[in-house]
Amino acid sequence: MTFLYKFESFVSKYRKILLLLMAALICLLPMGVNNQYFLTVIVKMAVYAMFGLGLNILTGYTGLVSLGHAGFVAIGAYASSLCAVKLGWGFFPSMLFGMVAAGLVGILLGLPTLRLTGTYLSIVTLGFGEIIKMVAMNWIPVTNGTLGVKNIPKPTLFGMKLTIANYGLYYLVVVALVICTIFCLVLVKSKTGRAFQAIKGDELASVMMGINTTYYKILAFVLSACICAAAGALYASLIGYVDPNTFNFDVSTLILSIVILGGMGTIRGMFLGAAILIALPEVSRFLMVYRFVLYGVILVVMMRFRPQGILGWKSQLPYQLSKLVMKRLKTAGTEEGGENG
Amino acid sequence: MITQQIFNGLALGMGYALIAVGYSLIFGILRLVNFSHGSVYAFGAQMAMIFIGLRFGIIPGLIASMLLTGVLGVTIDKLALEPLRKKKSIPIASLITTIGISNIVTNLLIVFFGSEKRAFPALFDFGTLQFGSIVISATQIGMCAVSLVLMLVLVGIVFYTKIGLAMRAAQQNPVAANLMGINVNFVVSFTFFLSGISAAIAGSLVGSYYQIVYPNMGFMAGLKAFAAAVLGGIGSLPGAIIGGLIVGVSESMAATVLGSTYRDSMAFIILLIVLIVRPNGLFGKKGITKV
Repeated sequence: MTFLYKFESFVSKYRKILLLLMAALICLLPMGVNNQYFLTVIVKMAVYAMFGLGLNILTGYTGLVSLGHAGFVAIGAYASSLCAVKLGWGFFPSMLFGMVAAGLVGILLGLPTLRLTGTYLSIVTLGFGEIIKMVAMNWIPVTNGTLGVKNIPKPTLFGMKLTIANYGLYYLVVVALVICTIFCLVLVKSKTGRAFQAIKGDELASVMMGINTTYYKILAFVLSACICAAAGALYASLIGYVDPNTFNFDVSTLILSIVILGGMGTIRGMFLGAAILIALPEVSRFLMVYRFVLYGVILVVMMRFRPQGILGWKSQLPYQLSKLVMKRLKTAGTEEGGENG
Repeated sequence: MITQQIFNGLALGMGYALIAVGYSLIFGILRLVNFSHGSVYAFGAQMAMIFIGLRFGIIPGLIASMLLTGVLGVTIDKLALEPLRKKKSIPIASLITTIGISNIVTNLLIVFFGSEKRAFPALFDFGTLQFGSIVISATQIGMCAVSLVLMLVLVGIVFYTKIGLAMRAAQQNPVAANLMGINVNFVVSFTFFLSGISAAIAGSLVGSYYQIVYPNMGFMAGLKAFAAAVLGGIGSLPGAIIGGLIVGVSESMAATVLGSTYRDSMAFIILLIVLIVRPNGLFGKKGITKV
């Protein structure tokens, strides 16, 4: 694939300029379009890209397929909006609380599921999603049952209310997405990320290499849950209303579809996947009834013809060591050279 | 009251057992949890309602829906799963494919028939039996009887016929079975046909028990039946029956003791406990890879 090689070397050559251009585009986008509906769709895409990034840690990198990620989203959304509505907390502490709550539940879910692999794990996560939904429905004193939580306040920053109209919410979500993306990029290159990928590649072999798989699998659950919960908190404040049916199995499938369509185990894929799947119902209103059929078709067709996802290519560029490693190699080289000389 | 609930639960559990058998048959042969089974079950129920509505009589209607659902099962296998087997894809690929198929089937049902609940005719309309304070309806007895007969037929097919022998051979070692002259792909398709038929029967029975059918009925029922299959030891036919009965009884007990909003969560709690304590289930063989 020479085209891919050319494209990749072009991107890596002009990386800084491209990044700057993209940053400028993202910053100026709301002024340029100045259309509330359009911006809402973009913000929704960004939030779903965050869901995708969260699930991607678990499914894409660690190889554990979760079918109940709407459960984590629900925990984040409910915990943060309840803190904001009932206790009057600010948005950021509430969001943090939601993330912590989801992380703890992630540990709880991670522990029993460690004995299971593959399909069994997926089923348990599916059941987990349903149980969360049932808790939200039945724990009426706290969650308000099927009526849901209404009038979730918009986040405020330095006394300014962030809404779609004054672009505040857009920038908030974009900042959150950028932080999340950078976190994922760093995570993938880190020791932890390598451990995740090793577990996906061959669990037995990674045990042999001295990787504590139990620890890393739970960690993957927790990180994934935290990201999804943060995105869930943003989502709740975006739509201003949550009820148990906001986070049903269809949402879990949608998040999984994003990850699969974009490319499991890639960061770039999540943006494309979210953009396509969120834009799809908006541009194809005439297909409304067939929308969910289409999600299923996407899953089936992708698995059959391109299981690695649209953007799931293997990099053609030579492998780049990190700067720290290069520096150490250089110093080691000169020392060795000195001894020989 | 409790005894009454146990009897209600037994009838319901037989329905779950019939769905669970479909999971077990396919898991046994492909090591794959067929997520589309719930939607196939809903399809069977919907078809039964339509064919019975055409007034050819109840039995021909049921047979037509059984055949059609069986054909749907075979179609799913041929169109989506067989290519994946030929490509030797990772197991997750087939799992995700079956989720996609379940989405497609359920939502196509919604598109064509609407998502509202529709009335299903009672198949066993012979009144009720009363033993002291316990009331058992003819539908419940009919459900149990039909399920038991069907189970016996299935066990007979799997253990006493040539195709059953081929199924068990393909289950133990597909490659070796192929070398012995067994057409493994045909055997797999036949298994899908059988599981489709049992799903259609289960759909009709449960539909006539509640006297309603709707496209989304397969989601919850499918999950509960899966819990039943895991509880009994997935891949084992007697396990599916026992598991289905336990899930059914515990569900109707939970509905009386804890309140009806908790009835749907019982199956998941059972599933979690089984997976943590004894992932092989009650009758399952060792063989789930635990790392």
